Amino acid sequence: MAEPTLVPSDGEQTPGQVRIKNYSLNFGPQHPAAHGVLRLVLELDGEVIERADPHIGLLHRGTEKLIEYKTYLQAVPYFDRLDYVSPMNQEHAYALAVEKLLGIEAPPRAQYIRVLYAEIGRILNHILNVTTFALDVGAMTPLLWGFEERETLMEFYERVCGARLHAAYFRPGGVSQDLPPGLAEDMLKFIAHFPKVLDDIESLLTENRIFKQRTVDIGVVSKADALAWGFSGPMVRGSGIPWDLRKAQPYDAYEAMEFDVPIGKNGDCYDRYLVRMDEMRQSLRIMKQAIEKMPGGPVKTDDRKVAPPPRADMKRSMEALIHHFKLYTEGYRVPAGETYTAVEAPKGEFGVYLVSDGTNRPYRCKIRAPGFAFLQAMDFLAKGHMLADVVAIIGSLDIVFGEIDR
Amino acid sequence: MAEGTFLSMALTGALILGQILLVTVPLLLAVAMLTYAERKVIGAIQLRKGPNVVGPFGLFQPFADALKLLTKETIVPTGANRIVFMMAPMLTLLLSLVAWAVIPFDAGWVIADINVGILYLFAISSLGVYGIIMAGWASNSKYAFLGAMRSAAQMVSYEVSIGFVIITVLLCVGSLNLSDIVNAQKNMWFFIPLFPMFVIFFVSALAETNRSPFDLPEGESEIVAGYFVEYSSMSFAMFFLGEYAAMILMSGMVSILFLGGWLPPFDIAPFNWIPGIVWFALKTALCLFVFLWVRATMPRYRYDQLMRLGWKIFLPFSLFWVVATAGVLMATGWIPR
Repeated sequence: MAEPTLVPSDGEQTPGQVRIKNYSLNFGPQHPAAHGVLRLVLELDGEVIERADPHIGLLHRGTEKLIEYKTYLQAVPYFDRLDYVSPMNQEHAYALAVEKLLGIEAPPRAQYIRVLYAEIGRILNHILNVTTFALDVGAMTPLLWGFEERETLMEFYERVCGARLHAAYFRPGGVSQDLPPGLAEDMLKFIAHFPKVLDDIESLLTENRIFKQRTVDIGVVSKADALAWGFSGPMVRGSGIPWDLRKAQPYDAYEAMEFDVPIGKNGDCYDRYLVRMDEMRQSLRIMKQAIEKMPGGPVKTDDRKVAPPPRADMKRSMEALIHHFKLYTEGYRVPAGETYTAVEAPKGEFGVYLVSDGTNRPYRCKIRAPGFAFLQAMDFLAKGHMLADVVAIIGSLDIVFGEIDR
Repeated sequence: MAEGTFLSMALTGALILGQILLVTVPLLLAVAMLTYAERKVIGAIQLRKGPNVVGPFGLFQPFADALKLLTKETIVPTGANRIVFMMAPMLTLLLSLVAWAVIPFDAGWVIADINVGILYLFAISSLGVYGIIMAGWASNSKYAFLGAMRSAAQMVSYEVSIGFVIITVLLCVGSLNLSDIVNAQKNMWFFIPLFPMFVIFFVSALAETNRSPFDLPEGESEIVAGYFVEYSSMSFAMFFLGEYAAMILMSGMVSILFLGGWLPPFDIAPFNWIPGIVWFALKTALCLFVFLWVRATMPRYRYDQLMRLGWKIFLPFSLFWVVATAGVLMATGWIPR
């Protein structure tokens, strides 16, 4: 009897032929490596990926629309809830956008505090990403080591604004309150201690043969691809393009900071891991400089039409009381106009496109989340790799569903 | 007369049953303690405390876990083949227990001192893959099926090199009896002359028991829990027990084949006072510690990389070593008659 032959995937089936169907696997939304609520429909040929189809929207909360019905100040907390791994970096973009429309600038001390906390956010994010990436390829210890340090950073968040995650600390016009005494010293202690932890984590991963086998040449993004797919942050820097908004169009006090932009060479998962590890060390450098160079003075603008007066003034001054009342009921009016303001968030370019029609509420607030652009490349990155590589690729894309679904 | 034979048969039966219980009950206790030790050791490596609430130092944690699993509902998925689904965990547990029949704990402390002991062990551990395949197929779940396929491929690949390692040891001993294998190591434990084989055997043991870095069949971050995703309650617990009993068995095999079984490290005063079973337990515990240590340190291999390691590195190397050992033994006339 003749061996049965295969039917081409689009051809007619004749007797004696067998049709082999690909295996489709529903990966997520409840899956330990889905980094939240990612749902991937995978078409598998054995263990090899034929097609990876990401489905989004399971965490959609209508943030952009909700912001249209809030005053400019009330919109701030929504940004914490986008990429909840580095909340203040999102607030930063929004605060800068509103400041641009208002035509004001935060006072120097506020700018340094923002830079300081933006870098803390970067470390928070990269610890989470690098260690969960390691967990995705099967190494579980870095996660526990990293989270010990993340806890310290969360405490810095808590000490400055009272919340570990949903900070609402960067406001248009400055920051909500000054650093409490003693915090800067504790941060310096952390800066001195943290490189050792990074070295420990690297000792488990960087030269580990299994880790390298799992990540080198996996999910390669060439320079051209990185630009074509709209990548930013470590995803372009891993491919060797030295693009960093902190250098390219410095905002706040970044101009005064000295730091390097680490870049990779091959654009694979391993290079992106190395870039993120090095970025954490650079962030420590920036934090140290920000603390050392931080000037004194107010932490929010003295424009009383934007930032509330000190509480003591309200007890004596009628005008201050009225300002406070107006700010927390009606909010401030922002002159008509539009702006696209972007910051270098830990994951990449996080932009806010804000349109004002001159009222106290944004007419439109479009949020550009870096992770959204990364996720759309999933099929292109995963095709031809194996099932286990998909997990590594998702880990190195650094996606958080809060910002993708918004 | 007939009554006498019946009585003696009953006595023999009771004796065997007693021996089985004497091995199985401490073994299951050891499994419980191993799960506790695993959590403690990995906890220490990860700067955590591990279980410390239930009982002194959290020692009763495994029993609390077992109770919890016992009281849970056994869920059989609608699409599953019920009979095979329920048989798979039983088979896995059964196989990991029957293997202990031939393990010598001390000189003469063995239930069945058969002449093909090592072959018996090899056969039983090869059968272990059936439990997994049955579980993966009967669950009627894509994840479980993928896990089972991975596991089958993996266990078959690594058994080949384990086979060659065992042949090397047999060449040096001249017997398939496990007690003879231990006694042949009186002067020198085999891990010294056969060091590369020792390493290969240990790594293959990791793969054979589906432990990290070869834990692809359950690959948590890829296929969630692999072949036992659909299992719950006691059927899950049986897989768990079987897997850990297999780990202890493999560590026991490492100590019998390479670390001199119940023999003390030096046959001099303070060492040979200690009973052989203590040495055996210590050596097994040392191997188990390495199992846990590796799990906390290593990332996971990918499916094709694991196959490459098995077929392209371990297999040729162990084959070469078999030939080399045989050659040396023949040339020097050390071959045991």
